[in-house]
Amino acid sequence: MIRRLRQKFWTTKPTRSFGGDLAVLLFIAAAAAFSALPLVYAISNAFKPLNELFLWPPQFFVRNPTMANFYDLLVLMSSSWVPFSRYLVNTLVITLGGTVGHVVLASLAAYALAKHDFPGSKWMFSVVVLSLMFAKQVTAIPNYLITSVLGLVDTHWAIILPAWAMSLGLFLMKQFIEAMIPDALLESARIEGASEWTIFWKIVMPNVRPGWLTLIILSFQALWGETGGQFIYSEQLKTLPYALSQIVSGGIARAGVAAAVGVIMMILPITVFVINQSKVIETMGASGIK
Amino acid sequence: MASMPERQVSTQAVYRPESKLGQLWKRIKQNKVSYFFVAPYGILFFMFTVLPVAVAIYLSFTHYNMLQPPRWVGWENYLRLLLADDVFLIAVKNTFVFAVVTGPLSYLASFVFAWLINELKPRIRAFLTLLLYAPSISGSLYLIWTIMFSGDSYGFINSRLLYLGIVKEPIQFLTDPKWMMSVVIIVVLWMSLGTSFLAFIAGLQGIDSSLYEAAAVDGIRNRWQELFFITLPQMRGYLMFGAIMAITSSFAAAEQIIPLVGFPSTDYAGHTIVAHLIDYGNVRFEMGMASAIAVILFFTMVISQRLVQRLLDKIGT
Repeated sequence: MIRRLRQKFWTTKPTRSFGGDLAVLLFIAAAAAFSALPLVYAISNAFKPLNELFLWPPQFFVRNPTMANFYDLLVLMSSSWVPFSRYLVNTLVITLGGTVGHVVLASLAAYALAKHDFPGSKWMFSVVVLSLMFAKQVTAIPNYLITSVLGLVDTHWAIILPAWAMSLGLFLMKQFIEAMIPDALLESARIEGASEWTIFWKIVMPNVRPGWLTLIILSFQALWGETGGQFIYSEQLKTLPYALSQIVSGGIARAGVAAAVGVIMMILPITVFVINQSKVIETMGASGIK
Repeated sequence: MASMPERQVSTQAVYRPESKLGQLWKRIKQNKVSYFFVAPYGILFFMFTVLPVAVAIYLSFTHYNMLQPPRWVGWENYLRLLLADDVFLIAVKNTFVFAVVTGPLSYLASFVFAWLINELKPRIRAFLTLLLYAPSISGSLYLIWTIMFSGDSYGFINSRLLYLGIVKEPIQFLTDPKWMMSVVIIVVLWMSLGTSFLAFIAGLQGIDSSLYEAAAVDGIRNRWQELFFITLPQMRGYLMFGAIMAITSSFAAAEQIIPLVGFPSTDYAGHTIVAHLIDYGNVRFEMGMASAIAVILFFTMVISQRLVQRLLDKIGT
């Protein structure tokens, strides 16, 4: 019995004790409960009618679930003078454009920094890492000046272009390429006459799939929450988080709507996460380079 | 005889391209392709990160209110911060308490959970990963904690405590300086399985499984030996990545803290260095002071990173 149970949950290895395995599972389950329960509460709030939201003592689970909060949100959205779908499209443009560009440009640079030894490579990498440690609040003004000199203010490029060169992706991809691509593999490809460009697309990128799938999750999430505040003024260019935050700022009377907004904003990042994360796990079983 | 030195001079002139600068130029030309690879990222990075940081460092030596042009004041901002600003010192103290607790704990948690989860079968692993990662993807939903810890009787925790008769009046979790830091730390730890957690998961997936098989044959007996002799050394690059993410997020915390405890918080008990920076920059429009804080914070992080790096270098040696 115990053996079948173990086989069901674990990729059993000879170096594991059953007691240890069980303790580990209980420990993870406790942590997962701590991490999920507040979210369950938040989601359950979104389905509560107003009288349950302000019930005392507050109940954890909803008793008479209702879509009223979502319906109210829909009404509020349709009363905005820019069609609401516009905000969604803007956010999608920024998120997708920013993520794709960031993954490609950061991976290109990370490959060169990880596997080519050229003058300035070490220096460039440390500058990127150090930049993570500089508070971004004070670079907002110089950033605005540069964006305006480039004539990008009040366009989506003001957000997309800086996103392409975020520090995170280069740092992350360099670690993945260093750990997952053996030098011998690159050497043999070079001997067979492959160009660096071919090597990058045909060998490096397929083999660091877990890396860029993870980067897509992180970058998507960062851009999805982008309000565009300081750069975008035209109403028809503004983003979904901005529009929704305007609705939520209506105060306590919008408590139910705010809960609904939180739930709706979470749907897409979670979907991207689930799809990518399952692929991270599945690629590794199949990869045969090592 | 007189012609000899002349000839030497002329040969030196011929070989001058082989001087240090010449060799460098040659290597740069040999690596042309590498520069094409880094150029698109590098140019954008320079424009949107390096330049603004350089400007901010310059501003830290000026008086700049965003209306009049910056006026050079030398070290005045730094001296004012360190000698004449009591609140800054409170912020430094809070930030260190916060960073010392949340930094190592979130780092450790990210690794430990990624490591433990790694052994489970794909389906249950994917499910648990989702549950553990969900808080960091939850966007504004983390504000549920303000309802959880709310100081009136409708706060979830207070309502339970009142209902059960444990307390007579609600505890002011978010405004009482006694509670503030603990509450903030709990919430931030709740969200701590983020970027590094995902990087660790993907990194662990990339470790060659034949290493483990060989190790089992070679006499590795339990999961701990396996962790220390194989997993950790293989993960070194990711561990460095995680350490830097932990340092930057724990020292620069403010954005998750301010919505919880307010701005400014009671007696500045939840005031961090970056909260102080926001105070100067966005409230008082003293960008010089704000930039000086950023520079001080930067060096604090660099020093702590160097210390952590030394510890990490010891792994597997």
